Amino acid sequence: METKISVSKITAAEAISEIKVAVKNLSVYYGKFRALAEINIAIRSNKITAIIGPSGCGKSTLLRSFNRMNDLTPNARMDGEILLDGENINAPGVDVVDVRRRVGMVFQRPNPFPKSIYDNVAFGPRLYGIRRKSDLDEIVEKSLHQAALWDEVRDKLHQSGFSLSGGQQQRLCIARALAVEPEVILMDEPASALDPISTLRIEELMHDIVKNYTIIIVTHNMQQAARVSDYTAMMMIDDHRIGRLIEFNETQVIFTNPKDKRTEDYVTGRFG
Amino acid sequence: MTRFQQLIAKNGARHRRHRRIVNGVMLSLTGLLTLMALVPLFWIIGYVIYRGAPVLNLNFFTQLARPIGMRGGGVLFAIEGTAVLAILACLFAIPPGVLAAFYAARNPNTPLGIALRFSTDVLAGVPSIVMGLFIYGLVVVPMKHFSGFAGGLALSILMLPTIIRTTEEMLKLVPHTLREGSLGLGAPEWKTNLSVVFPAALDGIITGFLLAIARATGETAPLLFTALGNERFDIGAIIQSGIQAHQSIFAVIGRIINQPIDSLPLTLWTYAMQPYQERIDQSWGVALVLMIFVLLIEIVARMWIEARKRALQG
Repeated sequence: METKISVSKITAAEAISEIKVAVKNLSVYYGKFRALAEINIAIRSNKITAIIGPSGCGKSTLLRSFNRMNDLTPNARMDGEILLDGENINAPGVDVVDVRRRVGMVFQRPNPFPKSIYDNVAFGPRLYGIRRKSDLDEIVEKSLHQAALWDEVRDKLHQSGFSLSGGQQQRLCIARALAVEPEVILMDEPASALDPISTLRIEELMHDIVKNYTIIIVTHNMQQAARVSDYTAMMMIDDHRIGRLIEFNETQVIFTNPKDKRTEDYVTGRFG
Repeated sequence: MTRFQQLIAKNGARHRRHRRIVNGVMLSLTGLLTLMALVPLFWIIGYVIYRGAPVLNLNFFTQLARPIGMRGGGVLFAIEGTAVLAILACLFAIPPGVLAAFYAARNPNTPLGIALRFSTDVLAGVPSIVMGLFIYGLVVVPMKHFSGFAGGLALSILMLPTIIRTTEEMLKLVPHTLREGSLGLGAPEWKTNLSVVFPAALDGIITGFLLAIARATGETAPLLFTALGNERFDIGAIIQSGIQAHQSIFAVIGRIINQPIDSLPLTLWTYAMQPYQERIDQSWGVALVLMIFVLLIEIVARMWIEARKRALQG
């Protein structure tokens, strides 16, 4: 198993970083169709893990299992375990609301709510019962600072979130996710709808916040995976159209010395 | 020169002329037919203004009907009645309509969702006079008298399909990612619907309400068996006597909706049927007021949407 090799290969400096999310023998089905099979992966705390692979290989399905967003898809079903700090997030009795507070998500297209910038960021905290204005003010400012958006919006917090540019909207969505202080942040191609400068800002922002969070990012952009991530998971569909993890390792190894021929072909652009 | 270029050179001028003639004929034809389609609209508006405007004055809006044979007087009773009926119809139709639309938008393929869609389509096609007859049997007969309450109920049934279908369509237009954004933050389904999906769809939903109101206030048939019509309806007098008798606000509202009530289209109909020239003239005035009222609703709805759009765009 590829995953075992990678776990044994961690360097001394990274050994300090503990495992935040462990996926064990995960399979996901949509009705009778098996979308993912036998995924084993260990996501390290305070690192950025990229999931790459061709379209339709199940990257987003895997990402969406981490905060149980697949619950929303009718007929979706899963086997195996996803352990967050060692606890199975799908175990009976686990509150899905609690899982989603601890595991936040940023989507492919910016999706600000039809509310003011302030109310967008305060949405999460209010959901968890924070009502005092001074507390909310503090959280909103802190989250917008973290998302590197504060300076651009400090004078127009009560304008609509739609008044911002696409890149700013995406940072607003990141601020909204950060406002509930999640432990893990899932990003589903967060920059694919953005121009290169906005993309760069999002990547810088990921670097800045990763010391406090664990980030998992799905990306189609190989350069982006190489630039931002510490670890990379390579996925691909097999002959039965089932998504499988074919290689998982430090990003540097994946891009310079991959073990699997298919990974090598994919990252060098010779795929297909 | 290729064969193709030779052919073009030979036939070019004739072909261009032919094309210009066909183009000219078609353009005139479409223009003419567009004008013909617009004629009825402006004819109606123009003629209603021509016949209705002379009887409009302040008294027309502020006074009750005078006995036949006396000139002057107004249709305040019908304006008040229309307002009461519209408010009642909204109260009865909007809450269940919006909730049903939420259910239909979220559960389109469940048995109840399919039944709901089918029955709203059927209900939209039911002739409005049948709604009146239905409420007549359901409310008027047991209560043993006509009332504004029954009229409002009949109009609300008329409004239901419009409200359910437009609200449902507007809810479906809200991007799926917006829902996921909220659910992904841990918001429960009801909270997501209430504070993210509903506000995002509000513009369209309100337009649906206004269209439904415009349609209902223009209806006569469902009111014939229910509200009946009442030239002596006078909210001012009811409120005044209520205050003098120290009645509670609920008792006053009860008295307002518990008696036969008039409305603009109903008055138009009864006045136009009467063999008195002053009543016929006044019915044109009522037609003009009704038309302006419906037009105002349209304009307010559009302006409201524009203002909200501007606010959202910052």
